This record gives sequence, structure tokens and C-alpha cells, in this order.
Amino acid sequence: MKAYLTRRYRFSASHRLHSDAMSEAENAATYGKCNNPHGHGHNYALEVTVSGPVEESTGMICNLVDLDRTVRCEVLERFDLQNLNSTKEFSANIPTTENLCETIYDILQRSFPHAHLEKVRIEETMLNSFEYAGKKENFVNW
Amino acid sequence: MVYLTRKAEFSASHYYHNPEFSAEENRRIFGKCNNPNGHGHNYTLEVTVKGEVDPRSGFVVDLKELKEILNREVLDAMDHRFLNKEVPEFFTRIPTTENLAIAVWQRLAPKLRAAKLHRVRVYETPDLFVDFYGEA
Repeated sequence: MKAYLTRRYRFSASHRLHSDAMSEAENAATYGKCNNPHGHGHNYALEVTVSGPVEESTGMICNLVDLDRTVRCEVLERFDLQNLNSTKEFSANIPTTENLCETIYDILQRSFPHAHLEKVRIEETMLNSFEYAGKKENFVNW
Repeated sequence: MVYLTRKAEFSASHYYHNPEFSAEENRRIFGKCNNPNGHGHNYTLEVTVKGEVDPRSGFVVDLKELKEILNREVLDAMDHRFLNKEVPEFFTRIPTTENLAIAVWQRLAPKLRAAKLHRVRVYETPDLFVDFYGEA
């Protein structure tokens, strides 16, 4: 039987939203306070949802230890307590939470073979959240 | 179609063990969860049902009835229990969060009349939950 497992993680990072393709005035108008050259930070919450058949011998979709290790090594160690703009993932990509969602999805898609990656959801603050489920148009987002 | 979600909480203990695995395999696969004396969680359950709104009552489902079914079929059986030893599903299946979501679905689905079960979500902790939609 197919089930969906979601695990929640936390990390903190700083960023600055700025596009070299825009003028100074356009950047200020588009990104507002987020364009502050000194950057600012957030406590992000990351939810990773994987799916698959529940294995009869273990009762699990995948071993949580494997999921935790992959997220810790591939995502949290890369971004926690970092300035996102200075990471290689965002050297040419604006570290909006939309882009962060896609980036983390792609990293996990490559590095976690033990279950199907269903989606990645990130809360930037208590008031904003973003979800990415790959290129498919519709996904289970209940 | 309108979706309605009812929350409930229960506390229970469990441990993970497959008698077909060796003691070493059980420890390797299940880690601390393999301790035969068990450990416990405060579970949160979210049951989502769906249906058309009845024009007479304005309800998808009578919440009082849903609550009674939930209490009788799930909470009375699982709250303050050792899942492996007291809940029949888990005499043979390992009481993981995945299997709990499936067991709750199997207990509720046949008892609902007006509304149809859409999703069962079980939180084992605030940082870990499983969704089951009745998919094969």
C-alpha cells in the first residue's frame, strides 16, 4: 500500500535578493527591504515528503535514518548558518525561497534513492511557505 | 465537493521488531526503536472526509457522529495502549507510523456512511507524519 511520509527539518541562513539584470532602482522596487546589500536572515523550516509502498518486512516506506542522513549531509550542512548568496548553488541564481525549493528538490532527487521524492516545502517565515514537486503540474498537496 | 478534517490525539507505546530478522538485523534496521520494553509517543491524528454539502443540514458529515466513530473505532482501541500487545493489527504488522495510518484508514473507511474518507494523517511527533489515501 502506498503512503506518504513527511519529515520536518530546520535551518537558518541569510540572503540578499538582488538581480544583476536589473537597475538599482528596479532592484529596490522589486525586492524592497530584501535588497539591503548587507543581507538578512531567516529560520527556515523544510518539509521533505517521500512516497512509496510500505515494505511488509519493516513497515516502512524507507528507513528514516537514511532520509535524515541524506538531508543532513546534502542540504543542512550546505545551507545551515550560511549566507545563501555565497554558496555555489546561488552564485548565479537569486536565493528566493522559490529557487531554494527547486534547488533542494533537485539535490534530494539526485542523492536520495530509497523512496520517491514527492515534494519539498519550505517555510521562510511563519507567514510564507513554498512548495515544489518537480516538473509535474499537479501533485498531492493536502 | 467539500473536505472536512477532524483532529484527535492519543498516546501509546510501541516497538519495532520483525521475528524473521536476526537480533543483529533487528537492531541494525530499527535502532533504538527495537527496545522490546517499548517507548511512547503523543500521536496526533487528522481524519479528512469529503462529500457534497447536504442542503438540509449544511453538513458534509455530522461531526458528532464522526467523533463517535473515531472514538469507538480508533481512540478506545489505541489510546494509552501498548500497540504491539493490545491492538490486533500489530500482532503481525510492525506499528510504524505508516502502518498506523493504514490501520486507522481500515478501521474508519467501512464505518463512514454519508462522507467518504479522503485522507488519514498520523503525526508521530510534530516533525514526522504519514499520509494515507487508501491507495493500493
